[in-house]
Amino acid sequence: MTMIKMALRSLIGNGLKTWLNVFVLSFTFVLIIFMQGLLEGWNRQAVTDTVTWEIAGGQYWSQKYDPYDPFSIDSSAAVVPSSFRKEYDAHDIEPVLYAKGTIYPGGRMQGVLLKGIRPDQHLLALPTYLLKADGAEIPVIMGAHMAKQANLKVNDLVTLRWRDVNGTFEAVDIRVAGIFRTSVPTVDIGQIWLPLDELQKMTLQPNACTILITKPEIPIQQLSAWPFKDQTELTKQTAAMIQAKSKGYNVFYFIFLSMALIAIFDTQTLSIFRRQREIGTLVALGMTQKQVVSLFTLEGTMNALLAILVGTIWGLPIFVAFAVNGIHIPMDVSSFGVPMADKMFPYFTLKLVAGTISFIMVITALVSYWPAHKIARMKPTDAIRGKAL
Amino acid sequence: MKTIVEVKNLVKKFPIGDGFFTALKGVNLIFTEGEFTGLVGPSGSGKTTLLNIIGTLDVPTDGDVIVLSKSVGNLSPKEAAQLRKEELGFIFQNYNLLPVYTVFENVEFPLLLLKMSAGERKQRVLETLEWVGLTDKVKSRPSQLSGGECQRVAIARAMVKRPRLVLADEPTANLDAANSHHILQTMEKLNRELKTTFIFATHDEKVIGYLHRIIRLADGKVVEDSSPLNSPKGDLKSESSQGTITNNNDLDSSPSGRLGGAL
Ligand SMILES: Nc1ncnc2c1ncn2[C@@H]1O[C@H](COP(=O)(O)OP(=O)(O)OP(=O)(O)O)[C@@H](O)[C@H]1O
Ligand SMILES: [Mg+2]
Repeated sequence: MTMIKMALRSLIGNGLKTWLNVFVLSFTFVLIIFMQGLLEGWNRQAVTDTVTWEIAGGQYWSQKYDPYDPFSIDSSAAVVPSSFRKEYDAHDIEPVLYAKGTIYPGGRMQGVLLKGIRPDQHLLALPTYLLKADGAEIPVIMGAHMAKQANLKVNDLVTLRWRDVNGTFEAVDIRVAGIFRTSVPTVDIGQIWLPLDELQKMTLQPNACTILITKPEIPIQQLSAWPFKDQTELTKQTAAMIQAKSKGYNVFYFIFLSMALIAIFDTQTLSIFRRQREIGTLVALGMTQKQVVSLFTLEGTMNALLAILVGTIWGLPIFVAFAVNGIHIPMDVSSFGVPMADKMFPYFTLKLVAGTISFIMVITALVSYWPAHKIARMKPTDAIRGKAL
Repeated sequence: MKTIVEVKNLVKKFPIGDGFFTALKGVNLIFTEGEFTGLVGPSGSGKTTLLNIIGTLDVPTDGDVIVLSKSVGNLSPKEAAQLRKEELGFIFQNYNLLPVYTVFENVEFPLLLLKMSAGERKQRVLETLEWVGLTDKVKSRPSQLSGGECQRVAIARAMVKRPRLVLADEPTANLDAANSHHILQTMEKLNRELKTTFIFATHDEKVIGYLHRIIRLADGKVVEDSSPLNSPKGDLKSESSQGTITNNNDLDSSPSGRLGGAL
C-alpha cells in the first residue's frame, strides 16, 4: 500500500512526462486491440460468409476431386450415392458439379470454372432461383467480380466452350440471368453457376456431381468414396489466410509497442539514472535495495495501468461505435482472395483485451525493472553522491 | 551515560586501480547518548567515510563499529536498512530531498516507511515542520525553496521519526552565515529537548563553535578529541556567554525558538 502511494506520488510529481508516456502507451493499447479486433471481426465474418455462400453444413467430396489440381477437375465427378436419395429429394443435400470451360466475352478468351447446382436449392445464399428462367439459351448467374472481369451485364449473351467427359469440344451461347454481390471470392471470381441438369447433359455425366453440400445438423454418412469435410476443416483455409494477412500488421504493433516501450524505458532509465541520488537517499532513509527496485518497477508498471485507464476512456467509445456501426473498407475484395465484406465489424473478445493488456503490462514491468535493478546494485554511498555509473 | 556508537580499530580501504587507498587507519571512538559532536578535519581526512560506516551505508574493511548494540559489519542489508529506518537520521550536505515530493511528503516519508497511521503521520509532520519553522511551506516542492529552507526540510525529515542518532555531513556547506546559525540553533534545541545524539562532519568554523565535543581527524586518524571548556555537554543555557552566538534575539526570533512550545 505504502509502495503504491510512493509510486503514485512520483508519477504525479513527474507531471507532463508521465502523461506523455501514458498517452503513447494508451495509444498502443488501443491500436493493438482495435486492429486485433478488426482481424477477429473479419475472421468471424469471413467464416460466417463462407458458410453461408459455400459450405452450409459441410461438404462430401468425390474421392477423385482435388481442389489443388485444376487438370483433374473434369474427371473428378461421380454419381450421387444412392444412400443420399432421401436427403437429395428433400433438398437437404445439394450436389454441385464442377467442370472447366472457356467463355469469349467481347472476343476475348477467358477460362472459367463451371458449377452446376439445382436452381431450387436453399442451402446456399446464391440466387439460384434465377437459373429457372426459360429461354433458348442456358441461364447462368455469376458474382459481381466475375461479371466485371468479363465485362458482362444481366441478359448479355456469351459463348461458352467446354469439353464433355470424352474430351470432345462443344460450344453454346449462355445468357446472364443474374449477377450477385458476395463477399466470398471463392463463389465469385472465375466462376459461372448454371443449372445442374444442364451441366450434367453438357458434360455427358448424368446424375454426377463433384461435391455434395449438406444442410447443417443432418446425420453424417461415412462413405469411403465420399469423404466428409466439416465446416471447421473447410474454413480452416480461410482462417489461415487471414492469419497470414494479419502477419503484416504484426510489424505495425511491433513498431508501436517498441515506441511506447522505448518511451517508458527512456523515462525510467533517465529518471532512475537522474534520480540515483534520490535512490541513495531512499536507501539512507531505510529502504532496502529490493524495496527500491520494487518501487521503481511499480512506478513503471503504473504507467501501463494509467494507460489502460486513459485508453479505456478514449478507446472504449471508439470500439463500441465501430463494433456497432462497422467500418467501411474501400478495398477490392478480389485483391485479397479472402472473404471481406464492404463493411467490417470489429469483434473484441475478452481474451484479446486481457491478453493485450497483460502482455503490455509484463513488458512494461520488464523495461522498468531493468534500470532499477542496475542502479540498486550501486553502493548507497556512491548513489548519494550521484556518482556516474 | 549510555554508549550509542563504539568505533573499534576501524580501518577502511577503498580499492584504487591495482591497490588500495586507506581512508581510515585504525580509528577508536566512543559516542554516548545525547552528544553534540563534530568530526572536524581537512578535506579527504575521512569524515564522510566514518559517518557512512556509522550510518551503515558502508562497511568496515577491518575493525568494528557498534551502533546501538549492533555490529555494522555483521548486519545483513535488510537489518541495516531496518536500523536506518528506525534509529538513524541523515542530513546531507546537498539536502537530498525527493524532488517530486512536496515538503510535507518529504518529511512524511520516513514515517511511511515505519507504517505509521495517516493521522499520526500528519500530526508528527506538522509538529516537526513547526520546529524548523516551515509550516507555511508544506505544499511547496524542493525546487521552490531556498537553500536554507531545503536544509531545514532535510532536518525535519531526519528528526520526524525522533531517531536516536542523527548523522549530519556538512549540513551548512551550502548556507550563508545567518542560515547556518539558524539551523545549528535548531539542531541544538532538538539535541537538548529530545536527547538526540548528533554527529557532524564539518570543517565549517560556524559549526565548530556550536559543538560540545570536537574530534579532529587528519589523514584517516584521530588526532585530537576535546570538549571545549565553556561548552559543557547537554547544558546549552550557560552558552550565552559563548562568542559564537552573537545575537540572542536572533535565537528567540528564529523558528527554532518556538521549539520549546511545540514540545
Ligand atoms: N568510494 C571511494 N573510492 C575511493 N576512494 C574513496 C572513496 N570514498 C572516499 N575515498 C577517499 O577516501 C578519502 C576520505 O574521503 P572522505 O570523503 O571520507 O573525506 P572527507 O573528510 O569527508 O572530505 P571532505 O571534507 O572533502 O568531504 C579521500 O581521499 C577519498 O578520495
Ligand atoms: Mg565529506
